Amino acid sequence: MTEPVLSVRNLQVEFASRRGTLRAVNGVSFDIAKGEVLGVVGESGAGKSVTGLSVIGLIDAPGRIAGGEIHLAGLRIDNLPPEEMRRVRGKRIGMIFQDPLTSLNPLYKVGDQIVETIRTHLNLSERAARRRAIDLLAEVGIPAPEKRIDGYPHEFSGGMRQRVVIALAICAEPELIIADEPTTALDVSVQAQIISLIKRLGRDHGTAVMLVTHDMGVIAETSDRVAVMYAGRVAEIGPVQDVVRNPLHPYAKGLMGAIPTLAGDDKRLVQIPGSMPRLSAIPRGCSFNPRCAFAFDRCRVERPEPMEHGAQSVACHLHDTAPAETAA
Amino acid sequence: MLAFTLRRAIQAIGVMIAVGIIAFSMFRFAGDPVNQMVGMDTSGAERAAIRKSLGLDDPVIVQFGRYVGDAARFKFGVSYQFRLPVTNLLMERMPATLELAICATIFAMISGILMGVYSALHRDSWLAHIFQAVSLIGISLPTFLIGILMIYLFSVTLGWLPSFGRGDVVHIGWWTTGLLTLSGLKALIMPSITLGLFQMTLIMRLVRAEMLEVLRTDYIRFARARGLTTRAIHFGHALRNTLVPVITVAGLQFGSVIAFAIITETVFQWPGMGLLFVQAVQNVDIPIMAAYLMMVSLIFVTINLVVDILYTIVDPRLRSTVGRAH
Repeated sequence: MTEPVLSVRNLQVEFASRRGTLRAVNGVSFDIAKGEVLGVVGESGAGKSVTGLSVIGLIDAPGRIAGGEIHLAGLRIDNLPPEEMRRVRGKRIGMIFQDPLTSLNPLYKVGDQIVETIRTHLNLSERAARRRAIDLLAEVGIPAPEKRIDGYPHEFSGGMRQRVVIALAICAEPELIIADEPTTALDVSVQAQIISLIKRLGRDHGTAVMLVTHDMGVIAETSDRVAVMYAGRVAEIGPVQDVVRNPLHPYAKGLMGAIPTLAGDDKRLVQIPGSMPRLSAIPRGCSFNPRCAFAFDRCRVERPEPMEHGAQSVACHLHDTAPAETAA
Repeated sequence: MLAFTLRRAIQAIGVMIAVGIIAFSMFRFAGDPVNQMVGMDTSGAERAAIRKSLGLDDPVIVQFGRYVGDAARFKFGVSYQFRLPVTNLLMERMPATLELAICATIFAMISGILMGVYSALHRDSWLAHIFQAVSLIGISLPTFLIGILMIYLFSVTLGWLPSFGRGDVVHIGWWTTGLLTLSGLKALIMPSITLGLFQMTLIMRLVRAEMLEVLRTDYIRFARARGLTTRAIHFGHALRNTLVPVITVAGLQFGSVIAFAIITETVFQWPGMGLLFVQAVQNVDIPIMAAYLMMVSLIFVTINLVVDILYTIVDPRLRSTVGRAH
């Protein structure tokens, strides 16, 4: 197997707060291969966005990466000096944020913002950068790019602005795109277009994509693999068909049960009882145990580590094939 | 854009008419002007003749119309104390006040923005704390006290700077400037700082607060995610977004700078409009007081208008909404 574009190992992210240190991300590991789309799904506060932000090195104080390693194509990036990390951001990792309405500086023409980013990372003349910016706008599907390049952000609709944001994220041909809830703020009709755009760009350029969302529908449609996060940990990770059709972790099962179908059967959607624990009050053992219908004694004491299960990997004692070994 | 400017101009004229009413009513309420002009032994018939020749027996509304009509042509009557047209007196004094106000504003803008940006970017450094402390002093100490302290230190004790006046001035047409001579420039330093100190602290605090606000926005986070240099983010993206409200405040403050110049001019015996006004108050020279009121209001209103137009230039969003609204 070739080296993954992104490799995250045992990532820990802490936030210092008045009530002590909170672990927003607690031992997350995953890989993303070239051209692969990894969907990261979970409830609000599960640590999805924090994971994305730590990969691109934008965790601000009082947060900090407390442990683990992040490698980008073999280069360890979690402990790079700020100036070197800045060169990685935008050039080797592109990021798309949730709200396209606030992601662009309102006082600058979109073209100037793209040209600025291109010239920061690539050694191009003003004219060449502008030509490239027009090509980029065309590539992300903005009509009449040579005219729109001189428009201000407020002259674009939400979907069009998200396209501009995507153009900005890919303007230096990054190896990895982190898309943090890229469609949440958009109309449903526009969501599908943006999703297929991200998918197409990933395929055309061989870019690895980390797609953070809480929308299982989006994941099912775009991702090659999916990681289900819960309370700062990966509950289950695996190929998207396997996880959607045959989820192993009780929490993942619950999530899949909560996807509405278009079939029109008036079955009630399945709910997961309770809510995710606050970071300051994560239960002992498996963090899901108070909400889990299958929890047994061991779940309340021992934290389950990820276990390989075919192509899937799941952190649940129910699927522990060698219980005697770990119990000792 | 044109419709917007026009509408604002009409509003400005409305404000000026209102100020005119106030200025005019000063004459009515501050006693009979004829009494102030003539001697004790003037007969009633002579008083009536003067009153008639000045048009003071016309109905109030006619007198007001005449006053506003004259004021619109910059005719404000004759000063009681100097026996000279008020317009000439004001014009003679205006360059001094404007030069002082402009220098004070430039000083306030430059140092206020620099200090504000610095204390926003290095929030916990000792220099930022010093700036905060200085700004407290600037806001709480009265202007005349700062002026007097500076005179004591730099003129009396050290003897570096002149304690009063404009120094040597050069005439350029009707304008007199102190910017072209060394003594004129030296004389400008202390009054400008005294006058600008309050605005400086105001701008510094505003810049700091706005900058901190802007640095938290999504587009700054996105700019960082794009890998732009810290310099480009702070001075290109953050500062420009900070400047929109700063321009408004600094612009609007320019009017108050001119108004506050009364105190600074008195402390430094600066031969400007403010000093003229203070002397006029002492001598109940109503034409000068009324004219000063009108002039300062005109400057205020003009600045407001200019700031509104400038705003649309800096912020493209206003440009197009204004364009669309009409």
